[in-house]
Formats: sequence, structure tokens, C-alpha cells
Amino acid sequence: MFDWLTNFYTSIPPVVLMTAYMFAFILVLFVCVAYVTLAERKVIGFMQVRMGPNRVGPWGFGQPIADALKLMFKEMILPTDADRFLFRLAPLLTMIPALAAWAVIPFAEGWNFADINAGLLYILAMTSLGVYGVIVAGWASNSKYALLGALRAAAQIVAYEIAMGFALVGVLMASGSLNLSDIVMAQQGKFFWNWYWVPLLPLFLTFFIAGVAETNRAPFDVVEGESEIVAGFHVEYSGMGFALFFLAEYANIILISALTVLLFLGGWLSPFEGLPLFPAYLLHLPYIGAALSSGPHWFIAKTCFFIFCFLWFRATFPRFRYDQIMRLGWKALLPVTLIWIFVEGILLYIHFPPWFD
Amino acid sequence: MLVQSAVFYFFATTLVIAALAMITVRNPVHAALFLVLVFFTSAAIWLLLEAEFLAIVLVLVYVGAVMVLFLFVVMMLDINIAKIRAGYAKYLPIGVLVSVMMVVEMIVVLNGPAFNLQKPQPKPNDYSNTQELGELLFTEYVYPFEIAGVILLVAIIAAIILTMRKRTDGKRQNPSKQINVNKRDRVRLVSLDKD
Repeated sequence: MFDWLTNFYTSIPPVVLMTAYMFAFILVLFVCVAYVTLAERKVIGFMQVRMGPNRVGPWGFGQPIADALKLMFKEMILPTDADRFLFRLAPLLTMIPALAAWAVIPFAEGWNFADINAGLLYILAMTSLGVYGVIVAGWASNSKYALLGALRAAAQIVAYEIAMGFALVGVLMASGSLNLSDIVMAQQGKFFWNWYWVPLLPLFLTFFIAGVAETNRAPFDVVEGESEIVAGFHVEYSGMGFALFFLAEYANIILISALTVLLFLGGWLSPFEGLPLFPAYLLHLPYIGAALSSGPHWFIAKTCFFIFCFLWFRATFPRFRYDQIMRLGWKALLPVTLIWIFVEGILLYIHFPPWFD
Repeated sequence: MLVQSAVFYFFATTLVIAALAMITVRNPVHAALFLVLVFFTSAAIWLLLEAEFLAIVLVLVYVGAVMVLFLFVVMMLDINIAKIRAGYAKYLPIGVLVSVMMVVEMIVVLNGPAFNLQKPQPKPNDYSNTQELGELLFTEYVYPFEIAGVILLVAIIAAIILTMRKRTDGKRQNPSKQINVNKRDRVRLVSLDKD
């Protein structure tokens, strides 16, 4: 009955199919990003005993679409003496790396666009490119507040990238691979105790803190710092340019959450498989079994938890002072990662069970 | 093969145009951004040579870190472009001479027997550039690799020492002191008479 469908599917050239997949994925990602903005307003609203947006559609579910439409129809204003080309290029420079990094993220075994060997390095390279958008936006706006925001961004992102890179060194020492699928499969074993967040706990915390700083989110959002420098690098932007900066920020939040899950929390692995005292026959039940065993749903669920953490931090912590951010990055996180890489080396050398045997 | 050549020529043309633009544009920030484009396109060409580790590291180190700091500095400078370009015509012959000599030398050296350049052959499917490089660095070249690491470390420490001057006139905070402060150090409770 569906023969013509399968025939049609196999007759599509791979290039067309891949492009279609990419468009579909980017569409889904944009919808996710739009609803993360709603989630942020809702979550922070509930934490502050408010309702959050609740006027557009049921429970405010139409709010992101209304926001997007509003921003699309707004005029993009060019400041006097701004660098016309760079001013328009800057939002794209933040957006493109945030999307490009998703190419190597595996959602389940074999569920990724490019299964490249240097996947982890590729991610690090792409996330480090995001800073250009901020710097170029700050400089091209011809505004002193924007320039100050850009300078803060440059120093902060370069500083935290080092701590982040060292945390990744720990992961690749433990897994022996730069391929993200291999890193997840190396964490497979007994149950959630076997994932890298236990033996690499300091690196896990460092990575996530550095990730929050890399995305310029609260409590590290001095780049925007509305109380000191108005809104930082995007103060001169309006309409779709402004929207692109925000889309990129939320795309990066989802990316960092997904990476934390892949590197330290076993990606798509289920916490129940191999759990002591857990009745194994449950995993073979028709529907419950599929839900309890490994699959992309675990990856998405864990990622959602970290996205929630981002929102939680924003509602909880006051903004750091600039020198305190630098102090934390260089004098606290960096030494922690260096010491733990040394400790991990020893653990690997003696084949410390149950993680490194 | 045709697609590969097309991609190569696309990146090669971009690379040459960006490199030319980098040395001819008037604005230093634009020049720095063109240099970023140069690095990025050369990384793409390395990817075509199946050297993905080198390509990604080039983007990571030069584009992601070095050029960010470059831009950081260049943005802060208030460069008088007219003054810099004043001797342009005067120094042009020397510049041309030096560059022509460099081109000739490069052609001689690269065509020589030492480099033995061949057309790159496609690698087998299971070839991993990362693994090959790692094996070479940690077996055959382990001592040069480690010595280079130590030299770089010394350079880092030297740079920090050179810039670290203890200023006595500046007012700076001591965060550990700030954290360890007590209520008793700051507030003095005084009981006053009622009238």
C-alpha cells in the first residue's frame, strides 16, 4: 500500500533529502527557541508569584508568535555614522554559528547530520565564533554603550572559553574520543552512576557555569547590563536585527544544555538500564518499556532540565560585578579544571573502578 | 570531482580576494575582519584536504581567540589613517621588491626536492586525521612536542611577569577580605540616653 511512498523516498537524491532534513530541523529548532522565550517568562513569572504572559491564546501559548510578528513588522533603524554593512551583518554572525553547531549533535545513536571524528572540537570552534557577532555589533553601532558591551563580551567569552576547553579535555581523556556519539557510548554501563558527571563532577560544574557565561546569561550578563550600559551591544538594534540576537541567545542556551547532557549525563541513555533493584522485565513491556529504555526522549528530557536551570539562575542570582566575573573565571574555574585533569590522569592510570576500569 | 574543484576554486578565490582586501582597506577593523575571513577560508581548504583537525583548530585558535583579542585592541585604537599612508608611495618599490623576492623563493623552495609536492590523493574511508596527528605527535615527535609546550609555558609566564607591576597608588579591593567581613567590623551599636 505504501510501496509508492517508499519508492518515492528512495528515489530522492541524498543532497535534496539532507537539505530537506536540515530545513525541517531548523524549523523545529526555531519553534523550540520561540517557546523557550515563553517558558522563560512563565517560569520567572511563577517564581516571582506572577502569572507571566496569559493573554494571547490559551495560557499565553500564542505569545511567541505574536512577539515574532511584532518584531518582523518593526522598522530596522540605522544609527548615524553606523557601519551599514557590518551593522546588518552582525546579527547573522551570531545566528549562524549557533545553528551550525547543531550539525554534529546526536539525538540518539546515529541520529545526527554529520558524524565527524572531531565533533567536540567543531562545537568548541563554532561556539567561539559567536563572539564576533557581539563585537561587530558593538563596534558597528557607533555608540559608546554598545562598544562597552562588546569589550566586556570579548574579554568574558575568551576567559570562559579556556575553562570550558579544559573541562572538555577532561571528557575526552575519559572517553578517549572527540566524536560525540562515542563519548555518549563510552558512558554506557550500569546506570546513571556511570555517567561522567560523577567522576568528573568539578569539570561538569565548571562546564555548565562556563556555558552560562558563554551565552551571556544571568548572572553573567554584564554584556547587556541594562542598569549600567543600557542594553550593551544590541542597544541600537530594533526589529528583526534585535530578534535575531535573541534567537541566537536562546539557540545557544539549548545548545549548551544539550552539550552538557551529551558530555556528562549520558545523552540519550536511560538512567534505569542496569539500575540495581530495578525490575528488568519493565524494560520489555510494550509501551512503558520503550519509555524507560534509552532513546531520544531521554536526551530531550535531560536537555529541558538544563534549559530550566538557565531560567532558574536568572530568577535567582543577582548579576556579578565585572571584576568578580573575571576573578571567578581565571582564579576559580581554571585552577579547578587543571587540578581535576591531573587527578583524572592518576585515576585513569590506576584504572579506578567503576568508571575507568 | 567537479563539485570538489568548484568548492576549492570558490574558497581559493575568496581567500585571495580577502587577503588583498585585508591589506588595502583603510579601516583597521575591516582589515581585521578580512583577516578572519582569510583564516576561515583557509580552514575550509584544509577541510578539502581531509585535514579536519588542523582546520578546526585553526578556526578555534586563530579565529576564536587570537583575532578576537586583535579586534579588541584595534577597536580601541584611534588610528590616524592619513598619517600612516603618508609614506605609501615612497616605500612602494621596496615593498614590491621584497614581495617579488619572497614569491620567487617560495617557488624555488616548494618545487625543490625537500618538499616533494604531489597532488593529494583521496584517503581511505576510515582515515582519521585527528588520530594520525595524535599518533605522530605522541610517538615520533613527542620530545619536540613537549619542548615546544614548555617554551610556550615559559613565554606565558614571562608575559605575565612583564606586565605585573604592583601599583601602590591604585585603590583595589581584596575580595577575600570583603567576604570575611563581620557585622561587628562595620556596625557599632551605641546606646543613647532617652533625652
